[in-house]
Amino acid sequence: MGQMDPLLRIVDLHKRFGELEVLAGVSLDVKRGEKVSIIGPSGSGKTTLLRCINYLEKPTGGHIYIDGTLIGEKQVGGKFVHLSDRELAKERREIGFVFQRFNLFPHLTALGNVTIAPIKVLGLSREEAEARGRQMLEKVGLGHKVNEYPERLSGGQQQRVAIARVLAMQPKLMLFDEATSALDPELIGEVLRVMRQLADEGRTMVIVTHEIQFSGEVSDRVVFMDHGKIVEQGPPKSVLFNPQQPRTREFLKHLQER
Amino acid sequence: MNFFQVMEQKGWYFFTTLMGGWPETLAVAVCSFVFAMVIGLVIALMRLSRWRIPRWFAISYIEFFRGTPALVQLFVIYFGFPDIGFQPSPFQAAIVGLGLNGAAYMAEIYRAGIESIHRGQMEAALSLGMTPARAMQHIILPQAMRTMLPPITNFAIVLLKDTSIVFAVGVVEIMALARNLVTETLQSAAVYLIAGALYLCVTIPMARLAARLERQRQAWQ
Ligand SMILES: Nc1ncnc2c1ncn2[C@@H]1O[C@H](COP(=O)(O)OP(=O)(O)O)[C@@H](O)[C@H]1O
Ligand SMILES: [Mg+2]
Repeated sequence: MGQMDPLLRIVDLHKRFGELEVLAGVSLDVKRGEKVSIIGPSGSGKTTLLRCINYLEKPTGGHIYIDGTLIGEKQVGGKFVHLSDRELAKERREIGFVFQRFNLFPHLTALGNVTIAPIKVLGLSREEAEARGRQMLEKVGLGHKVNEYPERLSGGQQQRVAIARVLAMQPKLMLFDEATSALDPELIGEVLRVMRQLADEGRTMVIVTHEIQFSGEVSDRVVFMDHGKIVEQGPPKSVLFNPQQPRTREFLKHLQER
Repeated sequence: MNFFQVMEQKGWYFFTTLMGGWPETLAVAVCSFVFAMVIGLVIALMRLSRWRIPRWFAISYIEFFRGTPALVQLFVIYFGFPDIGFQPSPFQAAIVGLGLNGAAYMAEIYRAGIESIHRGQMEAALSLGMTPARAMQHIILPQAMRTMLPPITNFAIVLLKDTSIVFAVGVVEIMALARNLVTETLQSAAVYLIAGALYLCVTIPMARLAARLERQRQAWQ
């Protein structure tokens, strides 16, 4: 794949849970180094979209490519078949996922959380992994908390450990699912600061967020989703500050009133 | 001779004789415990499998082994297996019988333990590139182990007591020695009471341990 091809390509993605159609044909390209924010009302399918990208959720239609590689399936004799656990795991290494509720491993220290995947998945030695892990924890401002268990960390610190855990895998693409919405207001800033720093490093990021100001400052593009579809997308200054679609306008107005 | 005179004159003799059964009782208990732990985990993972056939097998297994008496299972193995061309020793029959039976209970303990771990833990592990098996090994089971320790200890207590049925297939453990003593001396009350006391000497500390494990919180909790 050439440098000009998108890093992430989503083609006509559909997902239904029984009768409920949560994604109704989403197509989206994200270039290398691009920062894309996804906004939209609760229940519009943002989380499901992110979960489909790393195949925590199996799409019911459409395809996802990262760096030209199909995610979660492969073509065998013209037909699409699901990947084995092992093949799928290999693809997921490339995709970092930051969860709304952190999902740190409570039985491991901060350093343990950050090193377990590099050791068990990438096969790094403990020394290499710990060196990398300390570096990542330092990067998110938690160099002094390496031996702390998640239980003893604040929400903001936990989320920063979760980000460090993802960074230690050196993913091509980072997905953030409302990384700050489970946090007390005074802890949001420290997490957004780290995310902004990552954005400045030129990483490819897809960020689901309700932090409109942050998304305006950080993203190259803002996507507004509603009812499982992309309603409007474009540069932040147009989507956020001069939306064309009535539904986008209504949503933004509603956010401001909160 | 009344009961107390029997105890006074023969008590020590009964006690030391029955103590001779401990090695065999412990051997059966420990081996069938290990057996039950391993098979139980396999059954639990099948029970939680995304595929129907292993799930169905595990459910049938658990229903069957919990729904029929352990003694019947033991007899099937010891007296039934020779009909299909394999004669187990009493000890083999005992550990296979109690082990397979215990696996059904262990499987449910594992399942409850695994299901008590939040779904987000598996998802985080998968998203970091672990296979489901790796995630189970490094993330889910170590956490589940903490919640499972008290019920596993309780299971071990039940298993230890259940070894008292294996004399029925000819294992010479505490109960078998007790029966021999009764035949020899006709002192049922004294002999069986002492046998019971021998079990208590181990089960009470184990129950204490279970209670302590239940109270104890780990460094990370
Ligand atoms: N596992 C699931 N089973 C059934 N319905 C689901 C599941 N996950 C999400 N949904 C439904 O899909 C819709 C979109 O959810 P979600 O993607 O979480 O939206 P958002 O993140 O935009 O709030 C919601 O109506 C939600 O109830
Ligand atoms: Mg969501």
